[in-house]
Order: sequence, then C-alpha cells, then structure tokens
Amino acid sequence: MKPTRWARIHDCDDGLRHHLAARDRAGFTRLLRAELTKFRTVRAWMIALCAAAIVFVLLSFLSAFESRSANAAVPTGPGGEAVTDTYMFVHRTLAGDGTLTARVASLSGAHTSPSPTAGSAFGASSKRQPGSQLHPGLAPWAKAGILLEPGTNQGTRYAAVLVTGSHGVQMQYNYTHDSPGLAGAVGPSSRRWLRLSRAGDVITSYVSTDGAHWTEIGTARLAGLPRMVQIGLFVTSPDYFAAGTDDATPSVATASFDQVSARGDLPDRSWTPDAIAGLYPSLPSASTWKQASAGTFTISGSGDIAPLVGGEGAATHWSGASIVNGTIVGLLFVIVLASSFVTAEYRRGLIRTTLVASPRRGRVLAAKAVVAGSLAFAAGAIATAIAEVITRHVFAANGNYLFPQSGPALAQVIIGTGLLWGLAAALVVALGTMLRRSAGTVAAGIALLVLPGILATATSLPASADSWLMRVAPTAAFAIQATLPRSNLVTAAYIPANGYFPISPWAGLAVLAAYTAVALAGATWLLRHRDT
Amino acid sequence: VRQSLHAEWTKLRTLASTFWLLLAATALTVAVSAAAAAATRCPSGGCADDPAKISLTGIYLGQAIVAVLAVLAVSGEYGTGMIRLTLAATPRRLTVLAAKAAVLTGLVLVTGAIAVFASLLAGGLILPGHGIGPSHGYPAISASDGPVLRAAFGSVLYLALIALLSLGAATALREAAAAIGAVLGLLYVLPIIAVFAGNATLSRHLEQIAPMTAGLAIQATTGRSTLPISPWAGLGVLAAWAAGALVLGGLLLRSRDA
Repeated sequence: MKPTRWARIHDCDDGLRHHLAARDRAGFTRLLRAELTKFRTVRAWMIALCAAAIVFVLLSFLSAFESRSANAAVPTGPGGEAVTDTYMFVHRTLAGDGTLTARVASLSGAHTSPSPTAGSAFGASSKRQPGSQLHPGLAPWAKAGILLEPGTNQGTRYAAVLVTGSHGVQMQYNYTHDSPGLAGAVGPSSRRWLRLSRAGDVITSYVSTDGAHWTEIGTARLAGLPRMVQIGLFVTSPDYFAAGTDDATPSVATASFDQVSARGDLPDRSWTPDAIAGLYPSLPSASTWKQASAGTFTISGSGDIAPLVGGEGAATHWSGASIVNGTIVGLLFVIVLASSFVTAEYRRGLIRTTLVASPRRGRVLAAKAVVAGSLAFAAGAIATAIAEVITRHVFAANGNYLFPQSGPALAQVIIGTGLLWGLAAALVVALGTMLRRSAGTVAAGIALLVLPGILATATSLPASADSWLMRVAPTAAFAIQATLPRSNLVTAAYIPANGYFPISPWAGLAVLAAYTAVALAGATWLLRHRDT
Repeated sequence: VRQSLHAEWTKLRTLASTFWLLLAATALTVAVSAAAAAATRCPSGGCADDPAKISLTGIYLGQAIVAVLAVLAVSGEYGTGMIRLTLAATPRRLTVLAAKAAVLTGLVLVTGAIAVFASLLAGGLILPGHGIGPSHGYPAISASDGPVLRAAFGSVLYLALIALLSLGAATALREAAAAIGAVLGLLYVLPIIAVFAGNATLSRHLEQIAPMTAGLAIQATTGRSTLPISPWAGLGVLAAWAAGALVLGGLLLRSRDA
C-alpha cells in the first residue's frame, strides 16, 4: 500500500498515534453514549424493554402455575441422583457370602397401545392413558436377571447381572454404573447363564453360554453391606416407544428362568415374591410369578431400575419449560424493540445526521448493536433470575418433582438466557440496518428466531428434520436452558418439550452468535457501500 | 365503493414491494413444502404421516410474508402520511377498510392458490418415492380425494384469513413493527406455549383457540382423531380471530384521528 501523508506522520510521531488511538476510544465511548441516550429518551422503548422482562416473568409464572401433578416422592439413589426403582423381585435372604446362578431361557415383552389422545399432533409430551390391549414388543432396556440388595426400600444400593431387550448382558449397580457383558439377544439358540456372587462387600458377576465356561463381567463394591442381604431373580420393563415416535406406553417383560441354584447360607425355606412399586408408572397387573419346580420360574415385571430422566411419568415435568415460554414471549418484545431502534432512524431521516456526526459507519452500527444487545442482555438475565426463583417455587408447591439444579447450571440458564436475548437484539439491529423497514425486519427476526422452533416442535416433520433444525437454526440457542440429566441407560423422549435439545448448551448459543456475526458483517458492508 | 376499490388496487399494485412479497410468499411456501416432503421418509411403512399436511408445510413460512404484505397495506400509509389523503378522498372510513380487505383478499387468494397447488404438486411427485404414496396405503394427493381437496381449499382460505387478521391488527396498531410483532406472536408463539405447557388439558385448549394450530387443522387428511379441533371448526376459529381484528381495527379507525 502506498503510504499516505497522514500515515507517514503516524509513523514519525508515536505520541501522536497514541493520541489518535485514545481519541478513537473516546470517540467510540461517545458514540455508545449517544446511542444509549437515543434509546433512553424514547419512552415507548424503555416501556417495551421493561414489558419484555415483566411478560417473561409473568408467563413463566403462569406456565408453572398450570402444571400440577400428584405429590411425587421421587427416590434418590446412593449418589443423590433421582432414580426409578420399580420391578418384580422373587428373592431369599442370604446371610454372608454366597452365589446365585440362573439360566435365562427366554425373554419376551408386550406393551400397551397408545391411546388416541396420547399422541398430540403438536408435540406436547405424551399423556399417559394406556389402552388395555397388549401388543408384542420388547423394550430395549427390559431387564431380567439376578439382583442383590440390602433391602427392598426405594433407592437402595444394589448390584445386578441381567439380560436386556437389545443391549445384551450387562452388569449394573447403584443405578448409574454399567458394564457390558455378552452382546446379543436371548433366544432358543442363545440362552444365557448368569451368576452373581458375594464375598464381603464385593459383588462379582459372570456370564456363560453353556453353564460350564464362565466369563467375569465386572465387580461392584457396596461399602458397608450388611451380613443379611436379599438375593433373587428380578424382571422389569420400562416404557416402550414405537419406532419414530415420542409416545411412551407402559410395557411388560416376561422371562423364563431355569436351572436356578443358590450356594451359601439361605435361612428362608422358600422364595418371597415382591412387586416393588415406586414412582415409575408401570402396569401393576403385570407383576406375576410362577414356580414350576425347585429351579424353574416364569416371572413378569414392569418398571425400571435406572436413573430418572425428564419426561418420565406425569410427575417429572420439566420446570425449565416455563422459562422457555417466558423467554420466547419476551423475545417478541425484544425483536420489535431492536427493530424500531434502527428503522426509526431511517424513517425519520435521523440516520443521515447520525452518519454525518460519525462518518465511520461501521462504528455506528457496532455502537447500536452493543447498546441494544447489552440492554437486552440485562433485561433477559434479570428476568430469568426472577423467573427461575418463582417457577421453581410454584412448581414444587404444585406437587411436581424438581430435578436438583447445581449453582453452575443455574448460572448457565441465567447468563445464557441473557446472552440469547442480547445476541437476538444485535441480530435484529443488523437485519434492520440491512432491510431499513420495520415490517420486514420484525418479520425476518421472528422467522429466524421463533419459526424454526415451531417447525421443529409443532409440525409433522420427521424427527431427523426436527433435530437438524434445532441444531442449525438460530433457535439452537434455546439449548442453553437445558440442564436435565440424560442417561445412556434409559430410553426416553429426549425432546425439547421434556427439556432435551439435540445440541449442547453453549454450542447452541454459539450457533446464534454465528448468525449474529454474519448478519452484522453483512450490515456493515451494506452500510458502508450504500447511500442512506 | 368502486372508486375506493380501484384506488386501493392501484395503490397496492404500484408498490414494488407487493410484487416481490407475493413472489417471495409463493416461492418460499413451495420451497419449504418441497424440502419437508424431501426430508420425510418412511421406508418400512406404518408411519403416522399425513401426505397432504407434509406437502403444505411451507404455509408456516408463507403466512408470515402474507402478514407482512397485509400490514404494509395499512402501516405503509401511516408511515408516509398517505392515510390522510386516502381518508380525505373517501371520508367513509369503513369503506376504505372494506376496499383494502377486498383487494388484499383477492390478491392473496390468487397467490395462495398458486402456492398451494404447486406445493401439493411437489409433494405428490416426491412423497410416493419416499414410501408415502398410494402403493403404501396412503391416500393419493389428487383432486378427486375429498380430504385433500379440503386441505387445498382450506389452506388458500387460511392464507386469506391471515391477511385479514393482519389487516385488522395493522389498522388497530398503525405501527408496522408492533402490528407484525403482534400478528406473528399470536400465530407462532401460542403453539410453542402449548408445547411447553406442563398441563396436557391446557395445551389442548391452547391448540384449540390459537389461530394457527386451529386454522391449520384444515390441512389434516389422516389421523383426524388426534386433531385438537375438527378441520372446519378450526378454520372458523381463525375466521373469528380475523373478524375480531377487523372489527377492532374498524372501530378504532372510525373513532380516531388519522
């Protein structure tokens, strides 16, 4: 580049350059102050900003207020996490060390049909009104096997070795731990021998295909296990999801055990059947058992022994859903506001004065985006903080179960929602600069920030398209509000209505940030190259 | 009245934005519909898909542009001050509103018919290749099928009613940004609230009264038992919203200074 006279003077005089840089900074500060003043002095805009926050809180409150469920006592597991603990258990007391061996000869399942009202056409989470007719079909995480636990109370410690519907043989203990054994389903040509043995606090599990050659799957240490424990056969079957749907239907699994043999000190003379009923909605009538001979049993059960995830059962509504509702309605105000903030200057011709006063047009846009974005951030963060406190309180008072929320998770929701609003406001400022007309700007803003959410949740698009939209559209940013636990051990409707988004929280926010950056770059270019 | 109609027609016709908005509404409706049809696959059969509904997915986006068109027909005049001239020329203000409504309805009906026909045509060509066609037990997308015909006519009427709803809202609110925000908020946000409402009964009621979910029930050709509201009753709900907005707009227009 050919050095201009000014550039040469810059090079000669370092002091002058610093001076100019300082003036630059002061210039941008002045620009920010000017834009802030413009915003502050239009009363309708200040009212709209406050209205956005107030509507946010009110709507969250109303949404939370309407969600009631029967008082739910959710058991917690040894790690403090929410669990489901519902199964059919045929057990005996074991004193001290011992071993139980059994062969699973078959495992089959059936599920109820979704009731006509269950599948809402508009994506609301499934409503549990099971039909009475049973259809064959084994849930992937249906479980049958050998279970050892200190007692049958809810949320107790345990270790188990089990066959599953489609995850092969597994050793599981204390709800969240899992080690895979032998892959493949149980069938006439692939029966599975299972063995669980206790030595002090250590439980070891084995699997075999012939009853002669055993493979160790893993061990679990249940610290402080009492001398007397319950050991026996269990069957359970979690909700069944028909392929490609989010409609859960209760299911039942039936297992035939044979060649059951126990070693060790077993004071009871016979087996005790117990239908362990917890929070999990199962088919109560499905818990049955039959003993054909000393070592042959047929047991049916329904439920699950697993971590609890969102959307399971009526008691586990996602409290964050109220926050989503508040965020989206408040966002409408932010979009209209940010659009007016820019397009009003074009309509009144003020933009010409603004650009004469500060000829560096890119900085004018930056100042506008920063002012609109910061104000929206502040309003969004404050509203979220208030709404979080209120909705969680109302939710709990209505008898709903609240998943524990850590401090960082709360901070993520509050700051993230503020950023969502801030980035949205900056995006709309950029759109307004490009389009210059308020009607088009508001429509484009809503089409970008709200419509993909509708298409992904309220239309009959296939699930793959839904999840694609929630990952690539600006609405991906709503993932910042997802804080519920997810588990590989549970098949569930991991859908937005239940608090699960197909993109990780901060990546979702980054998608929106990318849209905002591209729009701002485009607007800067247009502003520089276009007459006002 | 005829002069008023002619004046409104001239105003709308000579705006450059009208042509582009109508073109965009048609193009985007067809594009989104075709994309939705292309994304839907049911190789193994037994999916709960509704071929007509999928083929008309583009209406979700197309209606936003129709709303912009309708809002600009009123708010544009307020923005430029033209409205004073219009009302001076035709002192009977309700006649002005009626003329605007008539011209807009005609324009949207024609455009909507083209967009809906092209969308169904695209769906009818794409879907059978993806396992959703007559050979898999789905109703064919053809003009001889009653429910498909209802979905097609209903969707065109839906767009016209959205235009009237937007016209009424814009007349009442005058400011374009506020009117668009109000209309699209009503259309898009109520169904989202229904999705995230923790209460099943509440979310069903919301779907019954929300103009978009109720109005688009007209697109269903299968699975009518899962609909929140029956097709024509749903379109009736939207018509009630549009009538309410027009009456409110008309009352305000008559009683207020321009």
